[in-house]
Amino acid sequence: MWLKFEPRPEPSRLMTYLSPLLAVGLMVGSGMLLFHLLGKDPVEGFKVFFMNPLKDKYGVAELFLKATPLMLCAVGLAVGFRANVWNIGAEGQLLMGALAGGGVALHFEASHSPFLLPGMILAGALGGMAWAAIPAWLRTRFNANEILTSLMLVYIAELMVSWLVHGPWMDPDGFNFPQTKLFQAKAILPILVPGTRVNAALLIAIGALVAGWVFMNRSFLGYQMKVAGQAEHASRYAGFSAKRAVWMGMLVGGGMAGIAGISEVAGPIGQITEHISPGYGFAAMIVAFVGRLSPIGIFFSSLLMALLYMGGEQAQQYLALPYSISKVFQGMLLFFLLGSDVFIHFRPRWVGRKK
Amino acid sequence: MGLGFLSSILFATVVAGTPLIIVALGELVTEKAGVLNLGAEGIMSVGAVAAFATAHHTGSPFLAILAGLGAGMFMSLLFGISALTLMANQVASGLALSIFGVGLAAFIGKPYESVALASVAVIKVPVLNRLPLLGPALFEQHGLVYFSWFMTAGVAWFLYRSRLGLVLRAVGESPVSAHSIGFNVVRIRYLAVLFGGAMAGIGGAFLSVFYTPMWVEGMVAGRGWIALALVVFATWRPHRVMVGAYLFGGCMISQMFVQGSGVRLDIPAQFLSSLPYAATVLVLVLISRNRTTIRLHSPASLGQTFLPDA
Amino acid sequence: MNRNLFALGALATAALLAPATLQAQTKIGFVYVSPVGDAGWTFQHDTGRKEMEAALKGQVTTKFVENVPEGADAERVIRGMATDGCKLIFTTSFGYMNPTLKVAPSFPNVSFFHATGYKQAANVGTYNARFYEGRYLNGVLAGRMSKTHKVGYVAAFPIPEVMMGINAFTRGMRSVDPKAEVHVIWVNSWFDPGKEREAALTLISQGADIITHHTDSTAVVQAAEENHASKGVWAFSYHSDMSKYGPTAQLSGTTHVWGEWYTKIVKEVLAGKVTDTNVWGGFKEGMIRLAPINKAVPKKDVEEIAKLEKEIKTGKLHPFTGPVVDQAGKIRVPAGTTISDSDLGAMNYYVQGVASTLPKS
Repeated sequence: MWLKFEPRPEPSRLMTYLSPLLAVGLMVGSGMLLFHLLGKDPVEGFKVFFMNPLKDKYGVAELFLKATPLMLCAVGLAVGFRANVWNIGAEGQLLMGALAGGGVALHFEASHSPFLLPGMILAGALGGMAWAAIPAWLRTRFNANEILTSLMLVYIAELMVSWLVHGPWMDPDGFNFPQTKLFQAKAILPILVPGTRVNAALLIAIGALVAGWVFMNRSFLGYQMKVAGQAEHASRYAGFSAKRAVWMGMLVGGGMAGIAGISEVAGPIGQITEHISPGYGFAAMIVAFVGRLSPIGIFFSSLLMALLYMGGEQAQQYLALPYSISKVFQGMLLFFLLGSDVFIHFRPRWVGRKK
Repeated sequence: MGLGFLSSILFATVVAGTPLIIVALGELVTEKAGVLNLGAEGIMSVGAVAAFATAHHTGSPFLAILAGLGAGMFMSLLFGISALTLMANQVASGLALSIFGVGLAAFIGKPYESVALASVAVIKVPVLNRLPLLGPALFEQHGLVYFSWFMTAGVAWFLYRSRLGLVLRAVGESPVSAHSIGFNVVRIRYLAVLFGGAMAGIGGAFLSVFYTPMWVEGMVAGRGWIALALVVFATWRPHRVMVGAYLFGGCMISQMFVQGSGVRLDIPAQFLSSLPYAATVLVLVLISRNRTTIRLHSPASLGQTFLPDA
Repeated sequence: MNRNLFALGALATAALLAPATLQAQTKIGFVYVSPVGDAGWTFQHDTGRKEMEAALKGQVTTKFVENVPEGADAERVIRGMATDGCKLIFTTSFGYMNPTLKVAPSFPNVSFFHATGYKQAANVGTYNARFYEGRYLNGVLAGRMSKTHKVGYVAAFPIPEVMMGINAFTRGMRSVDPKAEVHVIWVNSWFDPGKEREAALTLISQGADIITHHTDSTAVVQAAEENHASKGVWAFSYHSDMSKYGPTAQLSGTTHVWGEWYTKIVKEVLAGKVTDTNVWGGFKEGMIRLAPINKAVPKKDVEEIAKLEKEIKTGKLHPFTGPVVDQAGKIRVPAGTTISDSDLGAMNYYVQGVASTLPKS
């Protein structure tokens, strides 16, 4: 006797909504079990991990602040992933966007123009796109697999940031520490809610989600890319260009990641340092999949991911649990979320022994 | 000093490349069956801590390797359940595993962070180790280094000369066709995934027991990702995995030698550090140009979820 | 750097005006950049935290958050600690400088102390230790014990802190061995045991019989231990005493000692009488210590080191008394003068005796 999954004739609507609840339930349950095994009060643990971060206005704003770069990167990646374009280098594209936009800010440090910020954001998008264009070109021209090339470019981007902040862009009044000057006030994204850090980048992210939804569900090009991902031969037969899908997937991913990058340096950080991103480009891949590659899903999954990060910080302070425990939770939650989705397309059946 | 210099670089390159080869070979087999498992970093971490703890408690490097192997298989089993039985997206499942694995290893490894482990002696191959230049570099290494060479040949033989290897490749090329012939696609993929996990666990064991005999969280330091990239670099051919690992490791080691020798170079250090990555991309581009040979070796169904009875 | 007397007064006033809670314990927060682990930068801070907590038993409770990235997340963690009622917060890495300064104005009754930084504010002080003093003495001992006159130095990033260490070590060694050469390999990471080991082995194979490091793991000392019997390699540890990992190979090292200062500053803040908001202490203030000297070192050398340490404590000896000449031949500190603290804090060159080229900036 074992459990077998039979495909449903059509996806279950009920399970589409129920599955995340099932996953969260499993997570909370196993989380509480884990707390208990570690000698902590499960209810207290749950409160500290999931509710502490949101206990005041500042906390909720921080949730959105942390979710913003995840949303941006994830929606860009989702466009590509749907077409089987595997951009693993969003982290590098984010850094290059930060450099491009940050470079504009540093160059125009005396400017009061209202076009400075939009110019920086545009530069950030272009910077990310340029970095993503490299794996796209190598794939379409030389058939080089983009998984490898985009990943290698992450390391190279990190080294470029390092070189710039240790060298040409280093703040001359900074006692030779690796950092640029702080950006001037006009080059910092405006705060949306006073007393918090959530800034205009959130609006850009939500705009990107809306644009992403429109692209994926209402545009012909988006349709082409979806078909290219699901049925490669059919799409080629219909005349959809595989090369165009690669370019589109990589450039959109790179552009969004670039905007995420400039949002960080022109937002909460306020300068270029060697610590622009704690791995948003990689976390965004998970956010994209947990969000089922749809903008609405990505909105929620990025908030959830941000909550997990913040919960880990709280767990360290109030439960005396080490940092690594938050990674364990994140991993577990992701497994449960991914696993629960099976019920949407498949029906479980107990199968007896044959013969 | 001249020959000694080259010999040292070669020696260090082989050592640096060994964990990459072992992990990449495992992932290669997994991918040949059509499954993309991005969880290597997490599996390596758990393998490393399991091996370290075993070495500490038993004093036996051999048992430590077995522990790493077992821990690696267990972790990849989780991936298998997610991606093969529950048919979740493979990329996401692998990423979840890498996060979970790194965190889990850090967590259970905490009590071992202050433990000092005695280093294990290398195994010297008689006669061969007297060869000039190559002798001390290649034949006075740890057992797992020789294991990595053996496995390179072994995996190549398995994939291209054995019946099971042929079946596995067929599954990777077209799981639907393989299924219709009567092969149990899911079971074969499970075996491939478990093999990949075992190898990743052994790679992790090499790091914590032989390479730098210690356990600290984060010590895998991204090598799992490099190994994954090497599989693609190798265009899924086992011998190229070795070439790639030594190329990568060799670049890393060489730039250290250049730095340490005091040669005056007016090049930023970051530029030198980026050479291994740039070299990897360049070589990949050069060898990928032939579309036909690429298609010949890359598993067509890589990353796609197999849906039985679909 | 100038003291801000107004800031001092404000800090004292704020502390005095803080509600006196006799029975409640004072909460003190620590922000760490990496896991505590068993050795290294954060481990030493955490050891200091525990020592302070024990010394002030009953009066304080401490808490910490480890692995806080130096980017945007730091501000939230620091703010969270302040909101939670911490009266003192120690942010133990350079990258926390601007986040600390952003949070501080919202909490005028909280005292913030930022390690290795250079910006102060009304309620933000800075603290650091003169690690280079220990490095100098390590260099002297290296000069006495080395047979090949070659040192291998595994370093993370070319920031002033690291440059001070390299230069002080070189000057110390050259003061007793004019043939000494220091070879540096940059590994571009504070923590990567595999890479640190590879760098150490590279340097050993290139003839260094003394190796040391400015990185966060014990890999370099372990590499020396493995090569001690066969090649006579010695090591100097940094951050922590790593003799557990190098029982025969570790000659000595420079260890960070924060407990005494943490205890002192907490007492001062609680009493409302902070004397120094820009602390940079060395041997004299007990903020660094040499790791125990290896038994294999001849008695006369041990005595020499002890004598030099005393001279540093009294101010008679300074590792950077002129002439200090850089690799290009430029005189950085003229003969007869001693380097200023601000020049020291911005050091970005190699002195003569370092055989490697500085990464180009």
